[in-house]
Amino acid sequence: MRKLLIWLPLVLFLGFFALFASGLFKPDDRVITSKLIGQALPAFTLPAAASDRPALASTQLADGKPRLLNIFASWCIPCAAEAPQLMALKQAGVEIDAIAIRDARPDVDAFLARNGNPYSRIGLDARSGVQIALGSSGVPETFVIDGRGRIAYQHIGDIRADDVPMLLQRLKDAQ
Amino acid sequence: MIAEAGLAALWFAAVLALLQLFLVGMGLAGGKGEVLGAVRPVAVLQGVLTAAAFVALISLFLRSDMSVLLVATNSHSAKPWLYKFAGTWGNHEGSMLLWVTVMGVAGAAVALFERALKRDAHMATLGAQAAISLGFYAFLLFSSNPFARISPAPADGQGLNPLLQDPGLAFHPPTLYLGYVGLSVAFSFAVGALLTRQVDAAFARAMRPWVLAAWVMLTLGITAGSYWAYYELGWGGWWFWDPVENASLMPWLAATALLHSVTVLATRDALRAWTVMLAVVAFSMSMVGTFLVRSGILTSVHAFAVDPERGSFILALLALYIGGALALFGWRIGTVREGAPFELVSRETFLVVNNLLLSVILGLVLIGTLYPLMTEAFGHKVSVGAPYFDRIAGPIALILLIVMAAGPLTRWRRDQARAVAGRMLVPAAVALAAVVLVGALAWGRIGLLPYCGLVVALAVGVGSLAPLWKRNLRRTPLFTYGMVIAHLGCAVSLAGMACDSAFTVEKLVAVRPGDSIETAGWTLRFQRILPLAGDNWTALQADVIAERSGRAVVIHPQSRFFASPPTTTTEAALLTRWNGQLYVVLGQEADAGRWQMRIWWKPFVTLIWLGGIMIALGGLLALVGRERRGWLMKWRARRAMA
Repeated sequence: MRKLLIWLPLVLFLGFFALFASGLFKPDDRVITSKLIGQALPAFTLPAAASDRPALASTQLADGKPRLLNIFASWCIPCAAEAPQLMALKQAGVEIDAIAIRDARPDVDAFLARNGNPYSRIGLDARSGVQIALGSSGVPETFVIDGRGRIAYQHIGDIRADDVPMLLQRLKDAQ
Repeated sequence: MIAEAGLAALWFAAVLALLQLFLVGMGLAGGKGEVLGAVRPVAVLQGVLTAAAFVALISLFLRSDMSVLLVATNSHSAKPWLYKFAGTWGNHEGSMLLWVTVMGVAGAAVALFERALKRDAHMATLGAQAAISLGFYAFLLFSSNPFARISPAPADGQGLNPLLQDPGLAFHPPTLYLGYVGLSVAFSFAVGALLTRQVDAAFARAMRPWVLAAWVMLTLGITAGSYWAYYELGWGGWWFWDPVENASLMPWLAATALLHSVTVLATRDALRAWTVMLAVVAFSMSMVGTFLVRSGILTSVHAFAVDPERGSFILALLALYIGGALALFGWRIGTVREGAPFELVSRETFLVVNNLLLSVILGLVLIGTLYPLMTEAFGHKVSVGAPYFDRIAGPIALILLIVMAAGPLTRWRRDQARAVAGRMLVPAAVALAAVVLVGALAWGRIGLLPYCGLVVALAVGVGSLAPLWKRNLRRTPLFTYGMVIAHLGCAVSLAGMACDSAFTVEKLVAVRPGDSIETAGWTLRFQRILPLAGDNWTALQADVIAERSGRAVVIHPQSRFFASPPTTTTEAALLTRWNGQLYVVLGQEADAGRWQMRIWWKPFVTLIWLGGIMIALGGLLALVGRERRGWLMKWRARRAMA
């Protein structure tokens, strides 16, 4: 027993080492092709997550105009990092709706006051139910939704400045 | 010239490290004991050379020598001198140079000042220190040369990240690194003890001051970093569970556990294998943290230039040193005898529980930090945020604090459960009173965790003073005071955290000049907004008159624009009062003439950092107390001989 325990730390470390190595050498695939692409959005109705923005329901996302659906949370640091890019998209005329994950209204208000508010509607997904239905596993993520309420593209991770033209192109393609 | 001299000093130091390792190997394994006499001078010279290289880099930054690539990419001639100076380590290469400098100087200090270890163990320790240093010299020289030139030299530099242009940069990284890398000494001690098979109380007594010193610095570094993030990021939070923060917390948790287990080993000759393991783990956590930050495999607010080549280099160092030390542990620890036994009710038991709880928190933080990486390996992407860490680590930390208060009230080796309970009577009564009092004042208004936090803080605050009860205060040794102050610091810090999360009042407004805002007993009058120019920035600054109970103060929250590189930062206005802090942030212009402003009143939030400073001060007193006692005993013995 003692013998086994003595070697346990080394075994654990080798496990971590394998993990680090796989994380380091795996190509940085920020793009995952979701099985939901081309599918209609799952139906949902969410309460409002912010004081000055209306609530969000899946039916509102099929009004003929392509848009972005941003999944974020006030406790998520990369979400704050992508905020300027979202503002830029908004300024380029893109309609952006959002779902706040595991959040509370005062926190979302605070987050938006700090980082700007590019959203038209924000739904609160307090238990991640809708997030899971959307096939999204983390924050931030951004979906391109076509005019008929179908998922055209899923962007995983924060939007970097050089992702902005690509997203604009995706929105155009979804027309 | 200076750059070349610095690089030469670094190469020379690396060669000396190789020589040091070789000498130790020849002396201990090759049976040529006479060469060991050269090890100490070599180690000292190595320390001097690394310090010289570091001074060379600082002077290049101070002179804004733009022909040096690192200066050109990270500095700017228009920067105030303090940020030119501190900017030396505000980048990857410079901070790695700081790392090897601390390592070299710590090695020199072990060579110069360590007298308690037997010769062979001392030499093996210096050999281990040289071996670790070698890897980091290689990393610096082959993949992160801070002295590389650029030709032609640009007219001016690209500037320092504006978030780093703060006095915090002059203090936080150096103290943090002294702590991080200071732990390498404990690692080397452990490896030396394993190699020479001398894991005993004498080894623990020799290692303890080094662990204490590193731990004090690490505590200060984390405290400073937390306060810096609090006022600079403008988010009003003091801990974000960012991977890099976790990377500094994990070595601290391991070092705290080590500090306590080394005392058990020194006093009672128990927990031998465990102490050696912790000494290895503490510095391993420093290295893992460095790897996580520098390799870019996790997303973090502390962005360094990410480079897979550097990542694989550090990964190789991790494999070599951590893997090597753990293999040595497995191979040799079987030959270390079991330490002294102890009864169930004894101080040892409490310290073991303390160690287990610290290890559990360490494990949970490690898993939380690496979880995104683990799931990513299987094709899923998740993020782990504050909700996980708060809920998981919070309750365990509360239990840990209760154990912390009880431990010092228990005798070594064997105690009576009834007697311990008797000594705990006063703290328990305070806890009961606190349950009722806090409940009556704030029930229903605060969450369960802050509620428990306040109760535990009050009870543990009183309990941590209990070891002084009925003692002659003038004859109480300094290190006992150190322990009491450090433990009290934990309670003070916890009280600050609980008050902040329970009672903070937050207000978000859009106001025009002339408007008044009422919040938490304060009246804020927004006077006007003015443009302002600094050394290398321009700003919009608001004049706000903050008034409470008749006394008014003018405060100036700012929104700053830096030209190189172009960035906006918020400079929060902070007003500190004995019972809390007013924190005002100027936001964006909402619409014509109206400005967003965020106002927090944070009752007793400053206790968080005051507690941190008390913890570090306690460590310092313990260090001085132990060293002074050893020195006095030696002096008396010498006088008795004469």
